Amino acid sequence: MKNLRTLKKYFLKYQKKLFLGFIFILFSNAGTVYVPILMKDAINQLQQNTTTHTLLFYATLIVLSSLVAGIFRFLIRQTIIVVSREIEFDLRNDFWSHIQKLPLRYFQNNSTGNIMSHATNDINAVRNFIGPAVMYSIDTGIRLLIVVAIMLSLDWQLTLFALVPLPVLSYGVYRIMKLIHEKYTKIQEAFSVLTTVAQENFSGIRVIKSYVREVNEIQKWKNLSKDYLNKNMNLVRIQAWIMPILLIITGISIIVVIWIGGAKVISGTMNLGEITAFIVYLGILIWPVIAFGWVTNIVQQAEASMKRLNKIFAEPYEIDDSEQTDYSIKEIKGEVEFRNVSFRYSDVLPNVLNNINLKIPVGSTLAIIGHTGSGKTTMINLIPRLYDTTEGEVLIDGVNVKKIPLDILRKNIGLVPQESFLFSDTIFNNIGYGLREVSKEKVIEVSKIAQFDKDVETFPQGYETIVGERGITFSGGQKQRACLARALAIEPNILILDDSFSAVDTNTEEEILKNLKKYMKNRTSIIISHRISTVKDADNIIVLHEGKIAEQGTHDELVALGGIYADLHFKQLLEKELEELN
Amino acid sequence: MTDNRHDDEILGKAYDAKLMKRLLTYVKPYKKYVFFAILLNIFVAALGPLRPYLTKIAIDDYIVNSNYNGLLLISLILFASLMLQAAIQYFLTFYTQYLGQKTLYDLRVQLFSHVQKLALKFFDKTPIGRIVTRTTNDVESLGELFSSGIVMVFSDVFIIIWILVFMFFMEVNLSLVTLSVLPILIYGTFLFRKKVRETYRDVRFHLARLNSYMQEHVTGMNVVQIFRKEKEEFDKFSQINADHRDANIRSIFYYAIFYPSVELISSAAIALIIWYGGGEIIQQQMTIGVLFAFIQYTEMFFRPIRDLSEKYNILQTSMASSERIFKLLDNKTFVNNPENPIPLKDVEGDISFKDVWFAYEDENYVLKNISFDIKAGETVAIVGHTGAGKSTIINLLTRFYDINKGKILLDGIDIKLLDKRELRKHISIVLQDVYLFSGTIKSNITMDNEEIPFEKVVQAAKIVGADKFIENLPKKYDEEVKERGATLSVGQKQLISFARALAYDPKILILDEATSSVDTDTEKLIQQAIENLLKGRTAVVIAHRLSTIQNADKIIVLHKGELKEIGTHQQLLAKRGIYYKLYQLQYKDQELVSTK
Repeated sequence: MKNLRTLKKYFLKYQKKLFLGFIFILFSNAGTVYVPILMKDAINQLQQNTTTHTLLFYATLIVLSSLVAGIFRFLIRQTIIVVSREIEFDLRNDFWSHIQKLPLRYFQNNSTGNIMSHATNDINAVRNFIGPAVMYSIDTGIRLLIVVAIMLSLDWQLTLFALVPLPVLSYGVYRIMKLIHEKYTKIQEAFSVLTTVAQENFSGIRVIKSYVREVNEIQKWKNLSKDYLNKNMNLVRIQAWIMPILLIITGISIIVVIWIGGAKVISGTMNLGEITAFIVYLGILIWPVIAFGWVTNIVQQAEASMKRLNKIFAEPYEIDDSEQTDYSIKEIKGEVEFRNVSFRYSDVLPNVLNNINLKIPVGSTLAIIGHTGSGKTTMINLIPRLYDTTEGEVLIDGVNVKKIPLDILRKNIGLVPQESFLFSDTIFNNIGYGLREVSKEKVIEVSKIAQFDKDVETFPQGYETIVGERGITFSGGQKQRACLARALAIEPNILILDDSFSAVDTNTEEEILKNLKKYMKNRTSIIISHRISTVKDADNIIVLHEGKIAEQGTHDELVALGGIYADLHFKQLLEKELEELN
Repeated sequence: MTDNRHDDEILGKAYDAKLMKRLLTYVKPYKKYVFFAILLNIFVAALGPLRPYLTKIAIDDYIVNSNYNGLLLISLILFASLMLQAAIQYFLTFYTQYLGQKTLYDLRVQLFSHVQKLALKFFDKTPIGRIVTRTTNDVESLGELFSSGIVMVFSDVFIIIWILVFMFFMEVNLSLVTLSVLPILIYGTFLFRKKVRETYRDVRFHLARLNSYMQEHVTGMNVVQIFRKEKEEFDKFSQINADHRDANIRSIFYYAIFYPSVELISSAAIALIIWYGGGEIIQQQMTIGVLFAFIQYTEMFFRPIRDLSEKYNILQTSMASSERIFKLLDNKTFVNNPENPIPLKDVEGDISFKDVWFAYEDENYVLKNISFDIKAGETVAIVGHTGAGKSTIINLLTRFYDINKGKILLDGIDIKLLDKRELRKHISIVLQDVYLFSGTIKSNITMDNEEIPFEKVVQAAKIVGADKFIENLPKKYDEEVKERGATLSVGQKQLISFARALAYDPKILILDEATSSVDTDTEKLIQQAIENLLKGRTAVVIAHRLSTIQNADKIIVLHKGELKEIGTHQQLLAKRGIYYKLYQLQYKDQELVSTK
């Protein structure tokens, strides 16, 4: 239960409602428990020559106390179960607000599926604990006490005989639920094997067809399906026990009452009314007894889930404002400097960047070129502090980025990441994403710069078109241009393009670059690209190679140098020639 | 609330007799068993309602008459009926579940086998995830229908019938009085189901929104953070989260109303029994045991009614899944085999393309009027810039696709006249993107073909030089290969795929060389392996290696779907045409490396 202690603050938040629920439980049980007593009295009256009038009186009372019980039972659910949903809401909000602040590193080390599973399955397991488990254990605990007390007062011997099977039932339910959980996990594993094999087969269908292995694959599938079937039947074998066990144990209790109770009636130590009450009480007790075994399982699962959630809550933010933050910084101009910067993703991994020194003056354009894995993306990710340097400093306007409030820093940097990511929202909202107030003019203006407005005009709903919906899929180039427009909309003083034109054709690219030159006149631009055409007009070009700056200069200087850049230049000219050839 | 819920995801489909009929064909092989299960159900359904009747006898005949032995006897009979019911119940649950699972198994196998037969054209157009869902999840969602749906309907109906039989047998008037609450119970239950179904849909819709929001924003978290939108996004999230909470709270309301109502209805029934039945007893029209029995019956009605109302739900969900499944089964995108294929015995390995035109779609020709001959034993390299149509040639040779115009001949026979399986058995393909399956090194080389003896596996590995690294693995050839070969290096994966091709000892080898760079030692290993691989076979290579084009007997230069140049390396270089440019672009650097 150690981990579930985290929930204390949530319980405290709703303590009033929970207390009320507790009171309702008491009232509702009073009503429920009174019904069999009324039945007992009515039946006993029957044997003493009563009138229909008296019977009607009892009948009315039975309905009334049942009504009271029902009303309070309604209120219990409206308090305790509702609170469980409210706590679930709070917990999920807290989870999300924490997740949002975690560094990029966390998202690269944990799959989306994994994070999702915490947000859904684990929170759900905890919810089950808060609501049903808490409600049932309090409710059934109270009912158990009252009913057993009444039964004992009626006839303690018969009570003992009748109740003997029930703890066995409770334990049985606990064991069966546990076994079911185990078997169910096995089924899920087998199912995921099935899914993986299907996935592999369909993805590798080319290989399978070319080696004519279809028949064999079908056989393999049959075997796995068979295994899956067997695993399912293993569960069924356990699950099938539930009904019979319930039947037998509750049935035996009733038979015991009829047999021993009947004998007592014959000997005159008991009456038929009491037997009725016993049988009805046994019916009332079945559910608490089952719930007891069930709740134990829920608690165990919730504990395990809460442990996983607590682990996430313990993840540090890493990148955040700190005591060295200088809140007097209200704006940045855009001079970027790398001073002896080295970076590695973890202590056990080699350096991705090695001692980078570079200054990018305000209003200039820097282009970065280099092979995959040379450290280009890593380098620019350090500027908006998606990662912090391992050694050395990144400075903006001469100030270490760690001292600039994160809000100021990021709101002044327009970064277009390599992977074009758009939200499934309207184009308008996507482009205006970084703005608090979005004006139509602004969106159109930046779309024009990014050469995206003409594309938007071809969409049925223009800027109100929702990304990725109803068969409207954007081409890679369109996505890149939309992302560029989004970054431009915030009027950044530093614009960073991480290979943002790779899917844009060269003519459009040229137009965009021309527009950008005007727009970014007094601001800093950093452009990563594989294409010479993109970088050739930059004020300064660096060639990254294995985490170091291998070449640096203008286009003409680098071509004259005859190194990596010149080679790339030559090849791209050739490619262009080939493409133009018919 | 913007209402853009996807119909096929959320809403159940209305009952469709045609679909149901087709679904029932899957039960047909087990007709006899299903019939037996239904009969047994009818019998066992009587045992539960029998017991209140027995208690009536216990009270009226033995307790009231002070007969100890009779009481003991009736208790034993009660006990026996209880045990019998429990035993049959266990057996029936097991039995019907087995029938259901078996039916699912059949369906799953049928689907998978069908997909295996579909042409590559189908796989090009259909997302893999969708096919996987059809063969796994969609089949799974028919589970309830097949396992409990069909048989258990009879159980529920007959329990109700048996209760009525016993009640009316004992006391007609009291039965009518008691049953007066039944319409309310039935109406209430079905109304509750309907409401719950609606709120459940609502909850599912909000849950789907919540999940897709999280999924999307976890994926795009860097965008959120770059634009410092954490606060605004949190507010949005919180709103969706609140909608989800409120939908759940709405559904709590119906549960909170329903369960107490059921209890109230059954209390009302008891009250009626005591009032009316009690009156009868006073007038000596009825015995007290009947009263006992009736009180117990009021508790018994509820479960079968509730279960019946659930069956309707099961039916609805089944309709939607089965429609999707049948749609896949009805897809007939095949590459057809000839009815009387010409048998292939000894393949020489002569290949000819005669005026071949091909388009993946409509008239967008990817290959235009391609003709060339490859003699048995020759190595031919195909080169060209991206989009020249190199991979397409490979796809056509193995009849993954059928050509639009022209002919492809193997040893002078049109490949359309051959059994495509026979054809493929003589051709091994090594794809650029090496595809490894989870399993072992050995199973990846043999592709689970037990006809290939282990010696041949080792031999193949030796010839391509893969044996060295395999021998160094802890379990050697039995070393586990993870999905997509995640634990192996690029070079190792390539060597394994070479060994795979060689283990099948094909007459014709098709090789799409990988472009990804490997270190110099591995590169040497691979070059040697390729040389060994091509020896003594007809080989078609999409070449990315200088050594390969230099050693080729003939080079075919494709450009934008047309055959532009053909000849040996030296001849083509001398021509100073497209090949010369390609050479400088793709191969020249390797010269520098190899002379270093």
